[in-house]
Amino acid sequence: MTDDKDVLRDVWFGRIPTCFTLYQDEITEREADPYYLLLPRISYLTLVTDKVKKHFQKVMRQEEVSEIWFEYEGTPLKWHYPIGLLFDLHASNTALPWSITVHFKNFPEKDLLHCHSKDVIEAHFMACIKEADALKHKSQVINEMQKKDHKQLWMGLQNDKFEQFWAINRKLMEYPPEDNGFRYIPFRIYQATTERPFIQKLFRPIASGGQLHTLGDLLKDVCPSAITTEDGEQKTQVMIHGIEPMLETPIQWLSEHMSYPDNFLHISIIPRPTD
Amino acid sequence: MLLSSSLRVHVICNLRRLHAATRRPKVPLDETPSLPPSPRSSQRQLPANTGPPFSAASSLDVLLKAVGDTPIMRTKKWAVERTRTIQGLVDFIKKFLKLMASEQLFIYVNQSFAPSPDQEVGTLYECFGSDGKLVLHYCKTQAWG
Repeated sequence: MTDDKDVLRDVWFGRIPTCFTLYQDEITEREADPYYLLLPRISYLTLVTDKVKKHFQKVMRQEEVSEIWFEYEGTPLKWHYPIGLLFDLHASNTALPWSITVHFKNFPEKDLLHCHSKDVIEAHFMACIKEADALKHKSQVINEMQKKDHKQLWMGLQNDKFEQFWAINRKLMEYPPEDNGFRYIPFRIYQATTERPFIQKLFRPIASGGQLHTLGDLLKDVCPSAITTEDGEQKTQVMIHGIEPMLETPIQWLSEHMSYPDNFLHISIIPRPTD
Repeated sequence: MLLSSSLRVHVICNLRRLHAATRRPKVPLDETPSLPPSPRSSQRQLPANTGPPFSAASSLDVLLKAVGDTPIMRTKKWAVERTRTIQGLVDFIKKFLKLMASEQLFIYVNQSFAPSPDQEVGTLYECFGSDGKLVLHYCKTQAWG
């Protein structure tokens, strides 16, 4: 028997096998072995890579080590995007493990935010949750929570504790029964083929006529290029958590079940592979 | 809400298939758009440093309000390009208030959350603007969580 709760677990426990290698130009005292790790999709790179950092620092001279950053095939990886989103956007349809290059020099100031401590990740994560709740409930739910509830959300994510996180997060997923859904859906749409930042707009889960808006409706409205077809063939893939949900799926359901812990639905639009 | 069983099965089956696959990897605004702005104008154009060249259509009104003991800006309403980032705005305010580069400045939307430094003003306006403008609060110390 599967029910919708299983989806939450499957999303939470998604992992990406990853191979970290040190950038060739980094100066080391001896050769650095690659480091393998199963990365949780819902987490953040700088939150789960302490071991990677330690592993490579062992072979480096202390004076050569400054802030760590990660790159995939020339693209600096934004630590403040969830890992699953980074993979879907940049590395879908490539062979596993995901091959990430580790850098300690030449921090790309233009592309990446600094992350000097876990507090920075916590602040970013909480800000996203608050922004999402501003869209969903005019901030009412998050504001009624106590400080310790906010902390529990963060600790749940940091320590990979599903029950701990969801005990609080379920309140953020509620809505008055007469509304049939959130005020607006917190979503961000990322496109692999453009340099432009994500698309985020106001979008209601229920149409004025009362019918449920679907993923397809959302895309038609805010990013029509994502679902236009040529010769009846869709040229793009619409990915959330590594899968392509059917475009008929109600957006309210997706928001409740397939949002990342930051409460946003992060949707990647990537070119469909041709083979 | 509950999902129809066929759609749910589609989601679950795909997630499960993905899990199985990943666990076994095959291989280890402004009417007076003059730059620099006229000191008499009540609304000013933020000097552009990035993004496309100025055009009235690509900018919007931002109202900047100080919080606590953070110095106020005499000009509160600014025309800002949509593509300007929060970091760009922070840099501008810090320069305007003659803060040291090392001093922190926080920006808040809705008096509740601090948008990420790479977020664009235009996107925030779309979602949180009202009455034709975006109200942002700025503060030298963390004001809201």
